[in-house]
Amino acid sequence: MAEDDAQGALTARSPQETHDPIIRFSNVTKEFTNRDSKEPFRALDGIDLSIDEGDIYGIIGYSGAGKSTLVRMINALERPTSGSVTVLGTEVTGLSESKLRPLRQKIGMVFQQFNLFSTRTVAQNIAYPLQLDHWRKDYQDRRVSKLLEFVGLSEHADKYPAQLSGGQKQRVGIARALATSPRILLADEATSALDPETTSEVLQLLRRANAELGVTIVLITHQMNVVRQIANRVAVMSNGHIVESGDVYDVFAAPQQPITRRFIGTAISGLPDAAHIDSLRARWPGRIITVLVRQREVPAGDGRPAVGASGQNISELIARHHLASGLIYGGMDTVDGAAIGALTYEFDDTQDRFGQFLDELTRTNDIIDFGTAADPRTPQAWKE
Amino acid sequence: MQESFLSAPQGSVTLATRGDWTVLRPLLITSIGQTLEMVLATLVIGGFLGLVLGILLYGTRPGNLFENTAIYRILSFIVNIIRPIPFIIFLAAMQPLTIKVVGTSIGTTAAIFPMIIMCTVATSRLVEQNLLPVDPGVIEAARAMGASKFTIIRTVLIPEALSPLILAYAFLFVSLLDMSAMAGYIGGGGLGNFAIAYGYQKFDPTVTWTAVIIMIVLVQAVQALANAIVKHRQRRTS
Repeated sequence: MAEDDAQGALTARSPQETHDPIIRFSNVTKEFTNRDSKEPFRALDGIDLSIDEGDIYGIIGYSGAGKSTLVRMINALERPTSGSVTVLGTEVTGLSESKLRPLRQKIGMVFQQFNLFSTRTVAQNIAYPLQLDHWRKDYQDRRVSKLLEFVGLSEHADKYPAQLSGGQKQRVGIARALATSPRILLADEATSALDPETTSEVLQLLRRANAELGVTIVLITHQMNVVRQIANRVAVMSNGHIVESGDVYDVFAAPQQPITRRFIGTAISGLPDAAHIDSLRARWPGRIITVLVRQREVPAGDGRPAVGASGQNISELIARHHLASGLIYGGMDTVDGAAIGALTYEFDDTQDRFGQFLDELTRTNDIIDFGTAADPRTPQAWKE
Repeated sequence: MQESFLSAPQGSVTLATRGDWTVLRPLLITSIGQTLEMVLATLVIGGFLGLVLGILLYGTRPGNLFENTAIYRILSFIVNIIRPIPFIIFLAAMQPLTIKVVGTSIGTTAAIFPMIIMCTVATSRLVEQNLLPVDPGVIEAARAMGASKFTIIRTVLIPEALSPLILAYAFLFVSLLDMSAMAGYIGGGGLGNFAIAYGYQKFDPTVTWTAVIIMIVLVQAVQALANAIVKHRQRRTS
C-alpha cells in the first residue's frame, strides 16, 4: 500500500467481497450532563445503523437532532454512553486515543467551517496528515500535487486559506481529508456555509471521490437537497432517534414520518400548498387534481409498505378519454435516477367521460382531488 | 559599599563623581550587561516555563485537550496568588527560598531566580489568553486526523497562535525590564540600580536619563522587531 500511495496514485479501491457493513452502530446511546440541570441530556437514544462500503449515506435532521454527535462517534471524537460502534471491523468504543490513531488515518473528515490551518499554505494543509503519517518529503509533494489536481486547485498551492473563497476552502478540506487514502469520509454539514452554486460543485467533488476512489461517505446535513443530489441511502434523525431510513428514492417516494415529509417538501417541487391552491382556484374554474409522480415503485422494507409507481400514464389516459385538460402547476426532480414530483391539472368535469376517467386515474395513480372553485375540497392526504 | 542597600556593580568602585564619565562609562556598560543577563535569562527560562504552564492552564480548561477542572482550578489559584504581588515585595519574600536554591540572596543570579518565578506566572496567563481564541475546529480537525495531543500543541495550537504570542513575549520583555530595575535592591545591579545609585542619589539627572533612554531604546527595538514579524506573518494569513 505504501508504494502505491507513495506514487500518489488516486485509484479506486475494489469493493471488498465481504458484506459486513463498514460502519455499524448497535443500540448506541449518548448522554451529556449539563451543569445547570440534574437530568442528563440524551443526545442519542438507542441508535441502530449500518452503513455499507461504497455508500453515500445522508443523515438529515434539524440542528440538535444528534446527527453531529452520531458522526463524531465514527472516528471516536465522541464516545457513546452505552452501545457499540464498529468501524472497519474494529470496535472503537473502548479504544484509547493512541490505539485510535491508525484508525483515524483511515477516516477523513470535512467540516462546515472547513477548519483549515490558517498559518499553513494550501499545500501544507493537505500535507499535514501525511506528516503525521511520517511520509518522506518527496512522496508528500507528489501526493499533494495529485490531490490538488483532483480538487482542481493546482494553481493555488502556495496560497493561504484566508486568500481563498469558501468553495475553494472546502475543496482544500476535502483534499486534506483524502490525503491518506481513507476508506471513509465524514462530511459534517460540509456545504452548509456555501452558496447553492458552490454547494453543487462541492457535492460533485464528493461524488467523484466516491466513484473514483471508492471512499464511503457519511454526510450530515439539514438540507434535503444535498441528500437528493448525491446520497444513495438516507436516515432521518429527530430528538436523538433515527425515525426513518432507507434508499433515498424510497424515502423520497414514500415518506412515512411527518418530519420526513417536511424535509422532502423543501427538496421536491411541484406539490401545491394552500396559497397555491387558492390562486389556482381563482384562475381555473374546472376540477383541480394533483397527480403524484413516482417513476419507480417502492418495494416494502425499512419499515415501509410497498408503494406502486404513480403518474406514469396521465397523458395516455387523457388522450384515450378525449378529455379537455390543462396542466396548471407542477414540478419534478430526479432522485437516484428516477423522477419524483407532482403535476396539477384542471379538468372539465362537466363532460360525461370524466367520471370514467377519474375512476381509472384513481386506480392507477396517487391523486389529490381539490374539487372545483364552486365545490372545493381539502383532502386529508394533502393536509399531512 | 555596605553603607547602602543599593550596591554598586560588582568589581567596580563607588568613587564616581558627578558627571565623571570616564568612571561612569564602564559602570554603565557593566549595568547594561547585567540588565541584559537578567532579562534574557529570565525570558528564556521563565518564558519557556510560562509557555508550559500556560498550555496546561489552557489545556485543562473545561472542553479542552486535557480537560481537568481540579487541576485547572489549582493552577489558576496559584497563578492568581503570585501575580498581583508587587515585585519588590516578592523579591524580599522569596529571600529564604532564593538562598536555598541559588545559595545566596545577593547579586545578579539571586535576582534572576525570583524573576523567573514571577515571569513564569505572568507568561502563563498571557499564553493561556492568547491560546483561547484558537479555533477549536482546527484542533478537532487535527484530532480527527489522528494527531496526538502533544503533536497538536506543537503543530497546530502554537503555530495558530504564534502572532499574538510573539506580541505577548514582547510585552513580557518590557515587564522584565521593569522587574530587573528592582534587582538593585538585592545587589543585582543593572540599569535600574545605575540610575538610582549614580543618578538619583548623586543628584545627577543626566545619569538617570541616560539609563532611561537606554531602556526606552531597548523596549522600542524589541517592540519594533515583534511588530515587524507579526506584520510580515499577517500579510499572508489574514
